[in-house]
Amino acid sequence: MSKHTVRIGAGAGTSDDRMLPALELAERGDIDYLVFECLAERTVSRENLSRSKDPDQGYSPSLHARLRMVLPTCIRKNIRIVSNMGAANPVGGARAARKEAADLGLGDVAVAVVLGDDVSSLVKHKGDLRLIENGEPLESILPRMISANAYLGADVMCEALNTGAPIVLSGRVADPSLFLAPMMHEFGWAYDDLPKIAQGTAAGHLLECTASVTGGCFGWPGKKNVPDLARNGYPFADVRADGSIVISKTPGSGGRLDVMTCTEQLIYEIHDPTAYITPDCVLDISTIALRQESIDRVRLTDAMARPATPTYKVNVGYADGYIGEGEVSYGGIDAVARAKWAAEIVKERLRLQGFIYDDFRVDLIGMSSLHDQLESRPEPYEVRLRMAGRTHNRKAAHAIGFEVRAMHMHGPGGAGGACEPRVRDVLAVKSVLLPKSMVNPQVVVEGKL
Amino acid sequence: MSVRVYDLAHSRAGDKGNTSNISVICYDAGHWEFLERELTVERVADAFRHIAKGPIRRYPLRNLKAFNFVIENALAGGVTISLAQDIHGKSYSNVMLAIELPDPK
Repeated sequence: MSKHTVRIGAGAGTSDDRMLPALELAERGDIDYLVFECLAERTVSRENLSRSKDPDQGYSPSLHARLRMVLPTCIRKNIRIVSNMGAANPVGGARAARKEAADLGLGDVAVAVVLGDDVSSLVKHKGDLRLIENGEPLESILPRMISANAYLGADVMCEALNTGAPIVLSGRVADPSLFLAPMMHEFGWAYDDLPKIAQGTAAGHLLECTASVTGGCFGWPGKKNVPDLARNGYPFADVRADGSIVISKTPGSGGRLDVMTCTEQLIYEIHDPTAYITPDCVLDISTIALRQESIDRVRLTDAMARPATPTYKVNVGYADGYIGEGEVSYGGIDAVARAKWAAEIVKERLRLQGFIYDDFRVDLIGMSSLHDQLESRPEPYEVRLRMAGRTHNRKAAHAIGFEVRAMHMHGPGGAGGACEPRVRDVLAVKSVLLPKSMVNPQVVVEGKL
Repeated sequence: MSVRVYDLAHSRAGDKGNTSNISVICYDAGHWEFLERELTVERVADAFRHIAKGPIRRYPLRNLKAFNFVIENALAGGVTISLAQDIHGKSYSNVMLAIELPDPK
């Protein structure tokens, strides 16, 4: 028997999202599902590298802390957990989750694992696929490929929920699909039930960035007030079988949830508003109406959708050299002139050492690091010089921060507070479309049901 | 006399690859027509000329009393390879809000 209303909560909207609001939502939100969305575009690539060093790793490193925090409450209250924290190793993540549960004295907790998003062995032989970003063949990055993951949809997540396991763990799944899956599972919605799939996908999009509908990334002193932002809560959706949806947030939490916050999130990361493509449908947000029903409760109506496309989007992660950077500060009289001079000296020293860069950038933090236009900005009292470059030569990357730090002793007068030279590996991501018929999403269960 | 977008609307920027999308949402639905007339792709392109190569598309969202501006080639190659500090271009909404428009009165 389906429940009257199902309440689906958002417990994380990025790998680095705050932890505590998820526990508050589980404890006080009266939710049925808690969804942790923890994969940014390149996270799976990074976790693939972790797995290549240690076959037990490769799931989201935050899985331990997040589950340790919420599992006792979720098991006690029968709140099911849905997450893509499996990243590049969902089975490894499931085993880690089961161990956390056992260590907490919660017994044998089964985990339904969604597999099949990793299509790296498949696309290896498909060098003629075209990269969406630049139209070049996949061939051009195949030798440096680290990962290739299809954005799976709600259908396979729903199948995993149908097993009854308290936890469902996947790798790459489209963010809104993580939220649509419990609705399809509870109410038996099918993909041809487009008005409901549209409503569920729109709700998923509103929830997928957690605090972005509850006053995070929103407030502005004197213009857009957010009460008690320090204690802002995470959102949930109340969903009914007919597709009616209300978005709200943890009772007693800080922040605000209204038509303004929801509208900002609804348009966030959308291109053509009539064609937001997910694995489940092509959503049209232009018809949507948002209405404040009561305090911190917004009703979502009139979402529309067309049937899903026949392809999955596949993110291909590949190694693309290094980014090196350094920073040093100047203050007081002629601070900007000294910073500019320092930048020229560093550039000259890098050139004299024969280093070349695919891309190079000089920022004066306080003037031009965010929006350029250095020449038209007023001079501040102090300024921080930042220099960064991308290169396939690790030494050249390191040299940037090294030479910027050397401004303490070898540059214009009064340089202070240089940082250690920074170098990071570049994990670039491009994408291709792969016919759905070539991909084989599947569910396996770890543990006893 | 002129007004800023900031006076009439709020805004948030998002990223996908090397493309930035920036919403402009009216505080008061009564200002939507004014923004439709004055906040043109050309004006936005001018404000972003130091940041983005474009092209820029504008999608009107009347139901939401909003617009969505989609600005291509705006993120120094995209989050994964950008040398910028603000690799996502989250701060770009403030470039949008600072655009000056003729006084609506």
